[in-house]
Amino acid sequence: MRAYLVLEDGSVYEGTARGAFKETACEIVFNTSMTGYLEILTDPSYAGQGVVMTYPMIGNYGISREDFESIRLQPCAFIVHELCDTPSNFRCTASLEEVLIEYNIPCLADVDTRSIVKKLRESGTMRGVITEDISDMERVMTLIKSFKQEKLVESVTIDGKRVVGKDNNGPKIALMDFGSKRNITNSLVERGCIVTEYPCFTTAEEIIKTSPDGLMLSNGPGDPADCVNIIKEIKKLYDYGMPTFAICLGHQLMALSQGGTTERMKYGHRGANHPVKFLEKDQTFISTQNHGYMVTGKGLPSNAEVNCINVNDKTVEGVVYHGKPIFTVQFHPEANAGPRDTSFLFDEFIKMIKEGEIK
Amino acid sequence: MRDMSIKKVMVIGSGPIIIGQAAEFDYAGTQACRSLKEEGCEVVLVNSNPATIMTDKDIADKVYIEPLTVPTVSKIIEKEKPDSILPTLGGQTGLNLAMELEELGVLKANNVRLIGINASAIKKAEDRQEFKDTMEKIGEPCIESLVVHTVEDAVDFSAKIGYPVIVRPAYTLGGTGGGIADDEEQLREIAANGIRLSRVNEVLIEKCIAGWKEIEYEVMRDSKGNCITVCNMENFDPVGVHTGDSIVVAPSQTLMDKDYQMLRSSALNIISELGIQGGCNVQFALEPNSFRYAVIEVNPRVSRSSALASKATGYPIARVAAKIALGLGLDEIKNAVTGKTFASFEPALDYCVVKFPKWPFDKFVTAKRTLGTQMKATGEVMAIARSFEGALHKAVHSLEEGRQSLIEPKLLKLSNEELTERLHNIDNERLYTIVASIYNGIELETIHDITKVDMWFLNRLKAIVDMEKLLQSGNCDKETLLKAKKMGFMDAVIAKDLGTTATAIKNMRNMWNINPAFSVVDTCAAEFAAQTPYYYSDYGVENEVNPEKTKKKVLVLGSGPIRIGQGIEFDYCSVHSVWALKKAGCETVIVNNNPETVSTDFDVADKLYFEPLTQEYVANIVELEKPDGAIVQFGGQTAIKLTQALHDLGVTILGTDADHVDAAEDRERFDEILENCAIPRPKGHTVFTEEEALIAAHSLGYPVLVRPSYVLGGQGMQIAVSDDDIREFMGIITRTVQEHPVLVDKYLMGQEVEVDAICDGTDILIPGIMEHIDRAGIHSGDSISVYPAITLSQKVQDTIVDYTRRLASALEVVGMMNIQFIVMNETVYIIEVNPRSSRTVPYISKVTGIPAIALATRAMLGEKVRDMGYGTGLYKKSGYYAIKMPVFSFEKIMGADTSLGPEMKSTGEALGIAPDYNEALLKAFEGAGVSLPKDGKIIVTVCDKDKAEVCQMFKKIIADGAKFDIYATPGTQKALVEAGVDAKCVNRLTGESPNIMDMLHEGGVSLIINTPTHGRIESRDGFKLRRLAVEAGTSCITSLDSAKSLMESTNIVKSDKISLTDIATIF
Repeated sequence: MRAYLVLEDGSVYEGTARGAFKETACEIVFNTSMTGYLEILTDPSYAGQGVVMTYPMIGNYGISREDFESIRLQPCAFIVHELCDTPSNFRCTASLEEVLIEYNIPCLADVDTRSIVKKLRESGTMRGVITEDISDMERVMTLIKSFKQEKLVESVTIDGKRVVGKDNNGPKIALMDFGSKRNITNSLVERGCIVTEYPCFTTAEEIIKTSPDGLMLSNGPGDPADCVNIIKEIKKLYDYGMPTFAICLGHQLMALSQGGTTERMKYGHRGANHPVKFLEKDQTFISTQNHGYMVTGKGLPSNAEVNCINVNDKTVEGVVYHGKPIFTVQFHPEANAGPRDTSFLFDEFIKMIKEGEIK
Repeated sequence: MRDMSIKKVMVIGSGPIIIGQAAEFDYAGTQACRSLKEEGCEVVLVNSNPATIMTDKDIADKVYIEPLTVPTVSKIIEKEKPDSILPTLGGQTGLNLAMELEELGVLKANNVRLIGINASAIKKAEDRQEFKDTMEKIGEPCIESLVVHTVEDAVDFSAKIGYPVIVRPAYTLGGTGGGIADDEEQLREIAANGIRLSRVNEVLIEKCIAGWKEIEYEVMRDSKGNCITVCNMENFDPVGVHTGDSIVVAPSQTLMDKDYQMLRSSALNIISELGIQGGCNVQFALEPNSFRYAVIEVNPRVSRSSALASKATGYPIARVAAKIALGLGLDEIKNAVTGKTFASFEPALDYCVVKFPKWPFDKFVTAKRTLGTQMKATGEVMAIARSFEGALHKAVHSLEEGRQSLIEPKLLKLSNEELTERLHNIDNERLYTIVASIYNGIELETIHDITKVDMWFLNRLKAIVDMEKLLQSGNCDKETLLKAKKMGFMDAVIAKDLGTTATAIKNMRNMWNINPAFSVVDTCAAEFAAQTPYYYSDYGVENEVNPEKTKKKVLVLGSGPIRIGQGIEFDYCSVHSVWALKKAGCETVIVNNNPETVSTDFDVADKLYFEPLTQEYVANIVELEKPDGAIVQFGGQTAIKLTQALHDLGVTILGTDADHVDAAEDRERFDEILENCAIPRPKGHTVFTEEEALIAAHSLGYPVLVRPSYVLGGQGMQIAVSDDDIREFMGIITRTVQEHPVLVDKYLMGQEVEVDAICDGTDILIPGIMEHIDRAGIHSGDSISVYPAITLSQKVQDTIVDYTRRLASALEVVGMMNIQFIVMNETVYIIEVNPRSSRTVPYISKVTGIPAIALATRAMLGEKVRDMGYGTGLYKKSGYYAIKMPVFSFEKIMGADTSLGPEMKSTGEALGIAPDYNEALLKAFEGAGVSLPKDGKIIVTVCDKDKAEVCQMFKKIIADGAKFDIYATPGTQKALVEAGVDAKCVNRLTGESPNIMDMLHEGGVSLIINTPTHGRIESRDGFKLRRLAVEAGTSCITSLDSAKSLMESTNIVKSDKISLTDIATIF
């Protein structure tokens, strides 16, 4: 069936309806990773979004459930140039389309994804609708305009607390799950930690009372400024001052809790090829990124130092809070999908816990 | 930070083009030199290859086209006193030379350091044992293997790990001398050969992992330790076929992110451990059913793969590598594509790239076509599309093998048993065998079990087959047509399947608005706006080209893949033409598909279209760009062949028009022109069949020259002395369908002479007359060519200039033309006129100081030769002798006959330049890797007709004081002794021991002089001897003229008195 993507500026892209196709409004973003569509599809940070893949052949190696980064597929829609029906890989257990259908995710295929990216690059991230029916454009535009992302973090956080790595005997880490990717927990557990994952509505007191050795703030979807209650809890945790490491949304929430500001980026950073410069080391690492908002550097307290920046656009990629054992990063050291070049940050976090080192 | 102590850098080139080391190093070297100059360095370039762009005086400050030998380069170092050497751009040749200079203490003595890599890193990567130890240290798995120096050790180890085993010689390029041994007998042969070819007599015996996936990563690292991967590539052909002979896709298609990142991390670990500052290529074998992998090889330098990766991604690896060598960090180097981002990122592709090798089997009909660990391809093409199917089709179209569809009718006729049998052959036709097997219904699983080609690729091929079957069934609605075009089906193929014409398909496409559009290659999948005008076509996508013109727009057609007869010289010509056009204020648009070349660098022309050079694709570009004119003279036969198509599209051909191009090729029209000009030529006839050829030969009298018309490099050209020869040759020529007649000419055994001329329709300018040392009958590309002419009388030279002028005028040549003459008894005959640029143009331009291509381009734009400041007629002699020496790659092609004849066999060339003739000659030999000690052992075995001449030759050389140690086979020895030459007897190859075989095994033979008896029959003694010589690494010369020149120059020139010539400053 013919189907279409309509953007809020009225532009229309034609393709074929695939997956569990249904008319869906969402925010349209693009990702430039050449591998890792599965990890992207299961990354809760994509909740509420329609993801456009720039690599033109998607589904080549099929699906391997052990690579899921969360319990289900997260985006509202998936938009590709070509959806491959004949996957090949030794771990492949199903085709991509089979899994899209299983998780009820609509897919628009056979689209010139490059032209969508160019549009988003010029106009900025837009809302859109994928639909089979564009006979009444007014209806479609109303649908787009009425789309709003709400309570995204709440929709992807875990239902109740969960402990992973029970048999380990390393540091006890409390992880606040705002839509956490599995590999954050896994990276800690692999390093001997016992990780307790908490839902996003957990209070600071609840966590403090279990006296964990360290606190991990996860990634997650949406506008950080919407998470008013969470920010309050994080401020308390900051004041308590336990060793803390935060990634992506966690990084943004920490900044907001300290008086910093975030702003919406024109079209965000989503891909596996973003250079991050560690200013002190004068070293650059390639990182995975997935964010549409960023910490601006404005309003941060004087003990907060921007210690990592994006080489391309010089945006804030990391903050260290002097006087507190706290550092936060915008990019994804847990990779999946993407390069593992910054996984050493988990080691640094654990070292910080063990040595009580304060930057 | 830029290391300001680096001020003067020597760059070592890769020398003559040989299989395994082709134009990619000219591309890399040129880019690096420009990058170094941008940073304010003075660049001293050394390369023995005159056909390169890097040896232009615009590219480097000092240019030495001198032999890449330790003594010569040491002398250049002493003279120029560079502070640094950048050895990572000249391929294996450059790296080996740098290692030798280091080991011999030359660098230390002259206070020169290596930049980009140090000697210990070179050793860690190149020395098999050190490499293994290094990998073990960082926990990177290698394949079970052992370094050995003797055949016995190889046999013992193989018995332990089990056959099959792979033999890999150390310090050779393109895997020379390697191979897979299935049993002890094969192992003994391959190991002995490998040990001999290795510079350090060392081979690695390793467990054979044929059938694993072969994956490559291109990695960059700077002095701060920042690492990135530029791209990864997956081979269609599993491990077992040299990556240079494999179909390669970028990026990988069948790796999940976990697999991809595992290998990527490994590649970064490796480059970090080696401490490379620049680019590096890591090859992996990945077990298809697990995460098990092994590091196959690391190239600590730019390579063929890095050239491919650069073109596949838009990331200029050589440029960045040069800047890193100067101390700059990846985060300090701007990404030239976006102008905004930096070199410290990883390119994101939003298309698929396919590389396809170009093999020389059309030239070497006797050669084995099987593919293995020894690379055989002379060149390659690259294609870009949004789908694998589209890119694969485009790649096949770019090969210029006349193949439009992947479905080969002759293979479809085979039974499934025969096809299954053929699937076991790993040869140049494997792809087509697989496609035919799919077409004929053989299960994909069966094909996979035999070939180990990943099911993903097989399924993509099946999609192509299914589409072709759908079309053949007559079904073609709008959706199907769009899909077929997206999959890369040519209009002509669709038309054939549907039983209509290509024009009808085009009309259908227009009706349904299915038109090609062009996308930008931008390194970033459109995330940032790109500044680069680097395009590829596809269907169903948005067009990103702005065809608006503000000035005169000229289309320049490139020359496609490097092949024998059409090499790097034509890229030199295309690039120089583009530069001249830009200088004249034109907008330039280039079309080419060779990833190894300078012309496909995105900053050469104003627009680069990376597309097949065939009618349909070029038409797409023309229809969009609407150029004011097109230049076809500089892209070899590839471009010339498109003249008519361009003309039909209404494009003005700049320079000589299509009709006159045809007049030079069409036998009858050309004869008429010669008659009108009163220029003699050897008598001849045009024929189509064997019978006609025999009649023609009889009327002319043997010997006769037989060749197809409209070809370059003398493809299929032979000298026939008998009816049997005619039958054999016509059989070979007509094996492929001939659109044009075959020419049968009287063969004159005279002096061959060649000129290139710049013409404006009225005046001509001849930079110089080149004389061939080898007599007529040996292809001009395989002859030793001397500038200026040494044996021609003034009268003959005047006649040559006069004839050139007459022909230029009669053919209304505007631009370049190349004429080949034969001089016999003071009479000048014409053999051939080509109204286009030839392979001697770069060479003659460099040694005379005349920028021939620039002048020719200006002439095409309407300027007059007389106004260009170089005069008209024959230009003054330069005061230097410059000798072009052919270089062959026979050791790469098992079974190829090495004897020279009218069909070209050389892959490259070296230059010798000096004020003295013999010195120039000796340098040319040295540059080509032929060296003869003054007391060297020579074996002579010649056919009867040459015996008298050989005796004469040796008598003279010995009278001149030569001290060679001469051995000859009985007949030749008898003749030599009778003539008073002291020659020892050695039995023929198949004779009783001690025979030639024993002598070669013993070693110490410097030269074999062998003239062939006739024909291409492989079983002859001479053929075996020549092959044996190749395999033994002994120079074997089949031309008496060349042999004489080598012996004379060796005898005369005092080796300690070699001069150096910097061609950048002499003109």
